[in-house]
Amino acid sequence: MIDMSLSPLRGQQTAEEILEPSPMSKLRRRIFKNHSFMIGAAILIVILVCALVAPLLAPHDPYELDLSKRLINPFWHDKKTDAEFMLGTDKIGRDYLSRLIYGAQISLLIGFSTILISGVIGTALGVTAGYFGGRVDMMVNFIINTRLAMPVFLVAMAAVVAFGASLHVVILVLGLFLWDRFAVVMRSITMQARDLDYVKAARAIGCSTPHIIIREIFPNVLSSLTVVATVEMANAILLEAALSFLGFGVQAPTPSWGLMLNEGREYMFFSPWLLALPGMGLFLLVLAINLFGDGLRDVTLERER
Amino acid sequence: MKEEAALEVVDVSCVFRVNQGFMKGTKALHAVNGVSLKIPKGKVVGLVGESGCGKSTLANILLGLQKPTSGNVLYSGSSADSFSQRHIARRIQPIFQDPYSSLNATKSIKSIISLPLRVHRVGAPADWDRKVYEMLDLVGLPRRVAQSFPSQLSGGQRQRVAIARALIMRPEVIICDEPTSALDVSVQSQILNLLQDLRQELGLTYLMISHNLAVVEHMADRVAVMYLGRIVEEADAATLFRAPSHPYTKALLSSVLTPDPHLGVPDTQLGTVFPNPIDPPSGCSFHPRCAACMDICREQAPQPQINGAHMAECHLDTAAAG
Ligand code: SF4
Ligand SMILES: [Mg+2]
Repeated sequence: MIDMSLSPLRGQQTAEEILEPSPMSKLRRRIFKNHSFMIGAAILIVILVCALVAPLLAPHDPYELDLSKRLINPFWHDKKTDAEFMLGTDKIGRDYLSRLIYGAQISLLIGFSTILISGVIGTALGVTAGYFGGRVDMMVNFIINTRLAMPVFLVAMAAVVAFGASLHVVILVLGLFLWDRFAVVMRSITMQARDLDYVKAARAIGCSTPHIIIREIFPNVLSSLTVVATVEMANAILLEAALSFLGFGVQAPTPSWGLMLNEGREYMFFSPWLLALPGMGLFLLVLAINLFGDGLRDVTLERER
Repeated sequence: MKEEAALEVVDVSCVFRVNQGFMKGTKALHAVNGVSLKIPKGKVVGLVGESGCGKSTLANILLGLQKPTSGNVLYSGSSADSFSQRHIARRIQPIFQDPYSSLNATKSIKSIISLPLRVHRVGAPADWDRKVYEMLDLVGLPRRVAQSFPSQLSGGQRQRVAIARALIMRPEVIICDEPTSALDVSVQSQILNLLQDLRQELGLTYLMISHNLAVVEHMADRVAVMYLGRIVEEADAATLFRAPSHPYTKALLSSVLTPDPHLGVPDTQLGTVFPNPIDPPSGCSFHPRCAACMDICREQAPQPQINGAHMAECHLDTAAAG
């Protein structure tokens, strides 16, 4: 059926070589060149692995206390050190290194669970508002503004007072409150994507609206979503630490870094490492997440064209 | 002139409500204002006009992406109301202007071209790959691009992918909305030739939307000229380019040879700018820019004058006929 005389004309085109490397290999190359991404990822992986294999890594049970071994100094001190407790013990004689390792677990658990909940809520709201526009958008905007009018910290404290302080309450409160940035960013990105011709093409092909939103638009906004997720994760981890420090978050004897800062408060001048070590943990974790997110943004933003 | 229409619009209008700002209410924008147009089977109809004249809105209506405010769209003689979007999709497919935004950057070429097959569940999944390769051959792309992503291809290659996607379901009508204006000059004619070859091979019907009269002259059997939501002149391509009757068509034709093809809208040398479609001029909407403007033109809108296969909407023709 196909007229063969046309082939030569088309053949000219086939000669056009594809010189561009695939987007995946380009992305990989950019990732390896991006220092903040690599450093952030490296620190994150170390902390993540520590948290995951905490039972194997921690030399002691983080809850096991021994009042006869209170406030043992870490190894770099001259006196009152103990080879068994490398980073010393806290005021009731619990191994500080073990508590720090388990503390990473708590922080990461809070971080991941929060962005899972808030990410789902915010993305659903933002993408819906951005895609449909009009009345739907107005409604979602109202919900976003209502949420922004509520101070997370005060609401979290109120919730703790009402429902009692526990890990679950903290995760739930943070998850239900930290979705605003997801919603705002996803809304504007979806709005831009909605008007692009590939969406119009999908509609002309007869794709259903859910198919268009989930299969066509969503993969294009995934990189921005990940960047927002890193920001929110760092945010959630710091908020948990602050809440726990004030006694409105995770409760003793759970080894949360924020709670450890609180417990070490009285010994600030005599045993400053009780504050310095969990503080350092928080600092490193949040720094790593932010470096990672920053690098990711640079790496993926370049990908667009 | 008894030709079977593959696609026809009858007195179609599309009105948008445009927000005038906070508490100022909305105003009506007549993007398409009582347009009738017949696209005969197997023919190429060109639709020309400056940007903002309603060409793309008309295209969206034909594709079923935009509901007309009033009027009727007929697919092979039956009303569009009896067709679902999936039905329309199998008969009519678009090719867009910008092959950079019309392909999803996160999908492989294979996935892009086979999307219609997957959505409509045409044939067995095992055959989809083979169909994609057939389409790649048909549009003159090497088979190995199936594994590539859009960012790895040139503009011309991407447009070929878009054509392959549009044709894989073997539709009857292709709506080409400025199919070459985003491409390099050297590639433009290749794509146009490909479109023409495909039309002959597959017996396709085209609506060629363009502001580039050279493209339309090259391709079209019949040409409609659109101005501010209305078709002001319609004739066989040969007639229209040889003996245009509407002053707007004449102005467009006198400006065909624009020095830079990337300038988009040709400089019509009409002096005044394209009017605001929210506030169209009274009488003949073209009168502020018309060289032959008469008194009657400011007050009274001209009615379409049909002379055989030639339609024009201008008081000059009314005068000649009366
Ligand atoms: S009707 Fe009058 S103003 Fe309009 S195009 Fe004809 S001559 Fe010009
Ligand atoms: Mg247009």
